[in-house]
Order: sequence, then C-alpha cells, then structure tokens
Amino acid sequence: MSTLHTISVLVEDRPGVLTRVAGLFAARGYNIDSLAVGPTDTEGISRMTIVVNVDESPLEQVTKQLNKLINVIKIIEHDPGSAVERELMLAKVHAQGDARARIMEIAEVFRVNVVDVTASTLTLEASGKPEKLEALRELLDEFGIVELSRTGRIALSRGERGIRERSALRAAN
Amino acid sequence: MKMSGADALLKALEQEGVEAIFGIPGGASMPIYDPLVDRSSIRHILCRHEQGAGHAAEGYAWVTGKVGVCMATSGPGATNLVTPLADAKMDSVPIVAITGQVPTPVVGNDAFQEADITGITMPVTKHNFLVKDPAEIVETVREAFHIASTGRPGPVLIDLPKDVLLAETTYKWPERINLPGYKPTTKGNSRQVVEAVKLIMRAKKPVLYVGGGVIKADAHKELFKLATTGQLPVVTTLMARGAFPDSNELCLGMPGMHGNYTAVTSMQQADLLVALGSRFDDRVTGKLAGFAPHAKIVHVDIDPAEIGKNRVVDVPIVGDCKDVIGKLAAELAKRQEEAGGVPERGPWLRQLAEWKRTYPYRYEQESGGALKPQYCVERLNHFADDDTILVSGVGQHQMYASQYWQFERPRHWVNSGGLGTMGFAVPAAMGAKVGRPDQRVVAIDGDGCFQMTAQELATSATEKIPFITAILNNGYLGMVRQWQELFFDERYSGVWLDPNVPDYVKLADAYGAEGIRVDSPDEVDNAIEKAFSITDRSVVIDFRVDPTEMVFPMVPSGASNDDIILGPEGIRSTTDPAEAPIA
Repeated sequence: MSTLHTISVLVEDRPGVLTRVAGLFAARGYNIDSLAVGPTDTEGISRMTIVVNVDESPLEQVTKQLNKLINVIKIIEHDPGSAVERELMLAKVHAQGDARARIMEIAEVFRVNVVDVTASTLTLEASGKPEKLEALRELLDEFGIVELSRTGRIALSRGERGIRERSALRAAN
Repeated sequence: MKMSGADALLKALEQEGVEAIFGIPGGASMPIYDPLVDRSSIRHILCRHEQGAGHAAEGYAWVTGKVGVCMATSGPGATNLVTPLADAKMDSVPIVAITGQVPTPVVGNDAFQEADITGITMPVTKHNFLVKDPAEIVETVREAFHIASTGRPGPVLIDLPKDVLLAETTYKWPERINLPGYKPTTKGNSRQVVEAVKLIMRAKKPVLYVGGGVIKADAHKELFKLATTGQLPVVTTLMARGAFPDSNELCLGMPGMHGNYTAVTSMQQADLLVALGSRFDDRVTGKLAGFAPHAKIVHVDIDPAEIGKNRVVDVPIVGDCKDVIGKLAAELAKRQEEAGGVPERGPWLRQLAEWKRTYPYRYEQESGGALKPQYCVERLNHFADDDTILVSGVGQHQMYASQYWQFERPRHWVNSGGLGTMGFAVPAAMGAKVGRPDQRVVAIDGDGCFQMTAQELATSATEKIPFITAILNNGYLGMVRQWQELFFDERYSGVWLDPNVPDYVKLADAYGAEGIRVDSPDEVDNAIEKAFSITDRSVVIDFRVDPTEMVFPMVPSGASNDDIILGPEGIRSTTDPAEAPIA
C-alpha cells in the first residue's frame, strides 16, 4: 500500500549531494513530499529528512540505491509512531476588522507566535506535528492566506539511540 | 614536491598503475597533454571519437580486470563519453573518465565548450567528481580508482577545470582513503552460506545461474569447484560466457531471450536456482511472473540493491562472488562427505543431457546456398586458438557469436550486455588488444554497428593496434528487421542499410587495414586463414550473409520462457497489435 514514509539520511556535506539524492527519486518517478536539509552536530555531515509517498517494496529499492551513493553515510526509515516529527510554518494572513481578533484567538489556542504585524495582515510562526500545522492552515484559510511557507518535516527516532547505532543494528539484523 | 595540477594528475595515474589512456585533447584538457610528453610510462592512444575512447577503455577493462582510462576535453568531448559511461554502468565495467572543464571562474557561465558533465553523468556513473582545488587532485584520483574497481565495479568521472590543472600544487599520495559512505560488503555471511548449502543438498533439480559478477570477481575457479563438487548444472548468461567452460558436460550454455532450449528450460523446471553475480535481467527471465516458477532462490551478489529487486529470494548472500562461492564449495564438500556423497539427481541430469542432444542450436548451411552468419562464426571459432579474445557489438551477430562460439575461459569475451550499445565492438576490440597485446582479438560485428564507430580503424592503423573485424553484413539492421518480420507483419521500416554502401573492402583499405570480401560459403575458410595470417595491421572481413536469417531460439519479449520458439516454423503471425511485444 502506498503511504507516506519518513526517511532520515546522513550525508557528506558536499556540492551536488542533494541533486544525487533527489535524482534517485526522480529517476524512478517518485514525488518527494517534503525535504529538509541542515547541518548536524558533526562538521561536514548534513542530515536530510525526506518524506515520500511510495509503496513498501519500491521504497526498499530506493533506500538500497540511496545507500549506494558514495556520499550517503547512513539511512534509516522511521516506523510510523517511532519518531518525533516536527515542522515549522510561517503564514501571512489577511487580518482586518473582526478577523484580527479571531486570528489572535486561534494563535493562542494553537500556541503560535505572531512575528509580524501590519495594518492589514498578521504573520504567524507555528511549529509542531505536521497534522497540527495542517489543522491550523485550514482554519486560517477562511481569512485568506496571503503567503505561506513550510520547512518540511524533520524527525528524530524515539528512544536513546541515534541514527548511527540504529542503522548499525538494522544492518546486523 | 611542487608541480602543476595536471602533472600531479599524471603522476597519480602512474601511481595507480595506468599504462594507457584513450583520449582526444581539446582546449580545456590541453594542460594535461603538455606534461604527458615527459611521462613515458603512460601511453596516450589518440582516438578519433570520444565514444571510441570510452569503449576502448571498457574493452581494456573487460579483458584485464584493471581500470580502463579515457580522457576528453570539456563540452562536446565530455558529452561524447556519456554512452560509454552508461554502458560501463550497466555492465559494471571499471573505468575512469577524465574530462577537462572550463576554468572555475566561468563555470556555469555558458562559456565556450562548457557542459555540466558531472550533472549530466550523475545517473550513468557510479560516482563523479568536480575538482575545484588542485590540492585535491591526487586524493580524487585515488578515490576514483578505488570506487571504480571495488564493490560492484563501475565508471567514475573526474572533471578538472583548466585553471585547477594549471595551478601549482604539492604532490602528496594519501595513505588512507577517506570515504565514510562507501564500504562494500565483500565477505559472505557464513550462516547464510550454511542455509544455501542446505537448499542445494535438498534440491532435486538445481541450476547455477551464473552472471557477469563471477567474471568480475575472478571467481571462475571457485565456480568450477562448486559445480563439479556438487555435480550442479551451470547456465552462463551473456555477461558470463567463459566463466565456466562450454565443453564441460555440466555447462548448459546461455539462457534468456535467445538462449538455447536446455538452458532456458532447465531454469523453468528447476527446484533451486543459485544466482551467482547475476541480476534476473528481463532478457534472462522473460515474463517475470512466469520465470522459474518452481524454484527456490539463493542469490549471491556484492550489490545489496540487486537482491530482491526482481525476484523474491529465499537465501540472500551479500558478498564478493570469489569469497562466497569459495565458501559454498567448501561447505558443500563438507556436507556431502557427511551425507556420504553427492545427492542422487540422476533423472535431472539425464533429462538435461537428453534436451542438449535433442535441441541444440541449429541452422543449415547449404554448400551452394546463401552464406549463413552462424557458419561464419563457427568457422572463425574453428581457426581461432584458445587464447583468442572475441568481441561483439549488439544485435543478431552478437547472439550468433554468443551461441556458436565455444567459450572456455573467462575474460575472453567482450560485449555490450545491459545497455545494448551498437558500435561497441570496434573500439572495444582495440582496447582489448591494448590490454592483451599478445592475444589475437576478433570482433564479430554487424554492418549497422560497424558504421557507428568504424573511425577507430584509423586509430588502430596509426597506433599499430591490429585486430580482426568480421562483419556479418546482411545489409540490414537485422534484429529490428527480425522483429518486423515476426511481430509487425513483415512491414519493414527504416531497417535497410544496403550491403554495398559503403564498400567495406575499400573502406578498410582507406583506413590502412586489409579488406577481404566473402560472398559464398566456400570462400570462408580461405578468408579466415588469410586474415589470421596478417598480424601487422587490422583486417576487415566483409561476410555477405543471408539477410533473411533470424536468431533462434527466441522467447518473444513479454512472453514466458515456457513459450520458447525453436525456429521459424514455431512462429504464429501476430496481427493484433496489442499482442506485439514492445521492447
């Protein structure tokens, strides 16, 4: 069955690595739902979090092919529920008249910050689980969204182990 | 030691043991050609087209097992290498391509002869590098050769901007290779080996399904031990011809779309397939759902991504074929000793022997009739000594070569398998001859293929690299013609080449080679003897063969291997376009 999968990939921080990773998905016709890249605690190593909508068995082939990329160091696929997943969203919303107060109320309920205010708009900064951001976006839609930007999700597996130990365990099994 | 980036590159190539570079210079790569004058240990072979240089590097790598090297300038020089790189990727051939690039300040600026070659070749290389710092040239060369030659071998490209080549740097050979993301598993898991041998011991109808990985791993001796110890029948795929001697009674020959009946049917009826360095390619399996329906699968491969890719596997073993097959042979010998001998498989072996007798490859050469391509291959094989290396292009002639040549040793067969690159043979034969100068090299080519890369005959003449090209000239793109005859109601479209254009004898002469034309069966032997007597220059034999001859047996594309067609009499005309095979 086709479902959303979250994959964390440790890569060498070199030019072209993102293209290599993205190219593997593109070559097989899979659309990447979201992709977030940033530095890690180790210099020279970046971490990608990739969310992709694909069946179980082609996903296995994709992760094996990813593993073959020279600049890819480790990969884990997060089992649903076994990872903490978060995302950041910025939303600029029309906020005139009554709308302004109602948006402020929603912001409070969702515990999001107002980071920019103009005479006619409010910009909200929200972080949390992707589902929470989706719920917020739906509520804000009613007021008219001027502009919206999301980072794509990032994820860490639950428990005391890190990606290196976990992928070593997987390899052994 | 201070030197230019280009000189550091050449010194590093020397240190990697490179003896030959196939290349063509140009503006961006000129800095490499100047210090080349002083590096006498490296022979530069000036090719006539970069595609030829790339395939020559492949031919060299196929026969020697060493990394072949080709070189081109930026832009069009580099893009001409794309086909050989893709070919080497598909067939796991270790080559390193070096390309010049426009100077770093103008990279990305649409400069003259600029192409983003690392971007272009990303999907067709095992890895590639754009080197921006001259201090990184030497370690990049070391990494490139390591990546190309270890694990599952493949092509690696190094792109070097002109200013990086010209800049001064210090030569320092790195003691260690630092590739944290690249650690191929070479040692097979012993528990899995035990599981695999259990299956072999229980099997009544086992077949060893041997692929190119066995040759890449130089595991032919281990394979021979395994097969003979267990009396296990062997099929050798197109990529593996010569991995196991055809003359051995356990050898069933080539399986697949144009494989022989016994090899194809043995897999269909097997209760165990032991896949060794093979990848369940569609040309072998036919319709995947109908392939070897009764067989349990042991799959040995150095590339984990191959295991389970096309077929669910019962016992996967990731590792180098040499290591794993050696372990399998040793474990099997031990188990058989405990069990008091080889398990009884008389009925299976008798069945296979009977099929071999009943359904050999067949064709008819009438003495006064049209010259048959199969006959040409058989006679070439007859006159060739044991050390002759056979090279082929892609198409009908390639299948005839694989079917009718008797392969006895590994690394004596060179062809383009996975990518199916027409034009492969002439330059690959030249590269093979550079790698094995003391052995005779024979290319069996089609007239269509030959015309795609024949310009390398000029290289052969000026560089004195003699080899023989036997063109099976039927005046057609024969394999496409065959499909049009069988599946498109004989509506021939875009396949007629004209056997008289060019005049291959005159063309050979123009290139400083000997041209021989053969029109009838009784001229074949004399022509081959004459060709084999010439060793100081290349020879082109123009065999005028029957254009209506077709390759059989055949499993039509998309059909099950059970529906193998043995000859033209087995063809049923297909008028429903929905039933016609696609590729």
